Amino acid sequence: MAVRPRREAQAVDDRQRPRQVRHRPVSSAAPQRPAGSARLNWRIRLRRDRSLLLMTVPAVALLLVFNYVPLFGIVTAFQEYDPLVGVWHSEWVGFDQFQQLFGDPAFWASMRNTLYLSFVQLVLFFPVPIALALLLNSVMSERIRNLFQSVVYLPHFFSWVLAITIFQQMLGGAGVLNQFLRQHDIGTWDIMTNPHTFALLVTSQAIWKEAGWGIIVFLAALSAINSELYEAAAADGAGRLRRMWHITLPGLRGVIVLMLVLRLGNALSVGFEQFLIQRDAVGHEAADVLDTFSFYYGIATGGYSYGAAAGLFKSVVSLLLIWGANKLAHAFGEDGLYRK
Amino acid sequence: MTNALTIGSRRERRGREAGTTRRRARSARPPWEEPPTIVGRTAKGLTLGTTLAVILVPLWIIVLTSFSTPGAVNRAGGLVIWPDGLSTETYRQMLSDPTVVTALMVSLGITMVGTAVSMAVSVLCAYGLSRSRSFGHRFILMVLIVTMFVGGGLIPSFLVVTGLGGYGQWWALILPGAVSVFNILVLRAFYQDTSSELIDAARMDGAGDWRILWSVVLPTSRAVTAVTALFYAVGYWNSFFNVMLYMPTDSQKWPLQYVLLTYVNRGNGLPGSVNSGFGSAHAQTAPLSLQMAVVVLTLVPLVIVYPFVQKHLRTGVLTGAIKG
Repeated sequence: MAVRPRREAQAVDDRQRPRQVRHRPVSSAAPQRPAGSARLNWRIRLRRDRSLLLMTVPAVALLLVFNYVPLFGIVTAFQEYDPLVGVWHSEWVGFDQFQQLFGDPAFWASMRNTLYLSFVQLVLFFPVPIALALLLNSVMSERIRNLFQSVVYLPHFFSWVLAITIFQQMLGGAGVLNQFLRQHDIGTWDIMTNPHTFALLVTSQAIWKEAGWGIIVFLAALSAINSELYEAAAADGAGRLRRMWHITLPGLRGVIVLMLVLRLGNALSVGFEQFLIQRDAVGHEAADVLDTFSFYYGIATGGYSYGAAAGLFKSVVSLLLIWGANKLAHAFGEDGLYRK
Repeated sequence: MTNALTIGSRRERRGREAGTTRRRARSARPPWEEPPTIVGRTAKGLTLGTTLAVILVPLWIIVLTSFSTPGAVNRAGGLVIWPDGLSTETYRQMLSDPTVVTALMVSLGITMVGTAVSMAVSVLCAYGLSRSRSFGHRFILMVLIVTMFVGGGLIPSFLVVTGLGGYGQWWALILPGAVSVFNILVLRAFYQDTSSELIDAARMDGAGDWRILWSVVLPTSRAVTAVTALFYAVGYWNSFFNVMLYMPTDSQKWPLQYVLLTYVNRGNGLPGSVNSGFGSAHAQTAPLSLQMAVVVLTLVPLVIVYPFVQKHLRTGVLTGAIKG
């Protein structure tokens, strides 16, 4: 690195250089750039990078308007929000909304539903992508693997409206299943409107739609496992199951814990549109979750502050959950979502 | 902050990609692995086959029903499971109905405009943040990432959009969700990997950042651009809740998904076409084959685009990894 003239042309070049350059000790034997070159004047850097900064402006502006401004909108949860006078002039009521919320049986019912549905989904849904990935990983034929992957990824791109319509046509009152049952005089069985099996229904919908997509991450983790480990284990006489237990599953551990942390952090968001669409069919007792509660009591009936309070409660609890889940992951010696 | 998220770190990704190629190269069974037993093989085949069938059979039935004549639907007593009297009559009927055509146009319009806006904004932002050591990129990155973890929630967002006069406006369906930070991070990770020799060479030739983005970076990262565009497009095509929030009454502005919901799933007649369109003979509910044709219509764009993008999905997803 010869001594070069220090001008702006050089400055432009500068940011392409690897970052270590900045941290090189001053006493190094290598030829030094003139003093002060490591950290350029901010004015020069600003001018050098102005087009880059300009490029980020539209995205940042949109996020400011539609993501940051609503953060301030949280104050409506502490008001009796009146759309006619706006946030500035609405009456402040402190924690009244929350008091009312916690005394509301409908709120606790939706809370209970949320936790129950979340639990059912965790138990029944979570292992499916792992199992599918393990299974697919053991398939040797490249063609079958590709075919399988392209088919199981597909439902992920369907909308909930479409997915539920498909379920309706297969399992609903006029669907294929009941059509078959009627033709054989067995009596009908309408799965789509039964509140008692609703948890199983939504879980199977979620599995149908998302399990295939979920295998991507696990497949990647599987292919990162060093195959020499398998070879060594086989040489030591470990059978198929032993190898899976001692090599494959430990290899997946980090990813599984990470996915579990994410899942727990999202325990209060079980799937909004899915429930919104099916709420009428099974009745709100079974289908109301925190998100739909916030929507129906907030927007549909005009009780904005009430809905905002429910939403805020949900966000706070979710943050606590994700934090707690991370602690748990650290306790098990895993990285979780962020490192300690 | 990005590096703190374990799975997505770049070094690990490289390692994983190397692992992928190793796996690809391995086509035969490794010598140390036992040959599969008949039982194991059957069980595996059955499981994989069932999984495929669970996804494909409903689609098969729906497509078949949409292509069936009313006679065939009657004979089957509902949905058609085996080909019998196929025709495209249903589709001709559907595409002459103003409600469906309007909804199709609305859906296509939202998808195209929305994807264009989102891609423009995201590509620019991702490139702007991808040159290491540029002024302020760390701060802007923080601004972006914060939105992934905390948000105002449904009601405050609704109040902001309506407060800006978005109720009943097209932009309310596009702008509030136009930026996906996740997609920006994916794009950015790819742009950082673009060969710096190429960029340096372009810079030597006097190209500015705009020029480099357009003629160097974009052409070398077509795959990830395609995947990101697909993600955005699918989001817009599937959007339904936004419509419910911001234009629930104006049926002239309903996209296909909303029509599908009210008309097929809830069994209502098509909005605005109770006495027209499908003809008064069918009163409120249209024939089953017609309903299924609407279902197929919402699937068509996806099925057209999917094969082209499908092979890139994996890389696109893993780059952003599980950050979202």
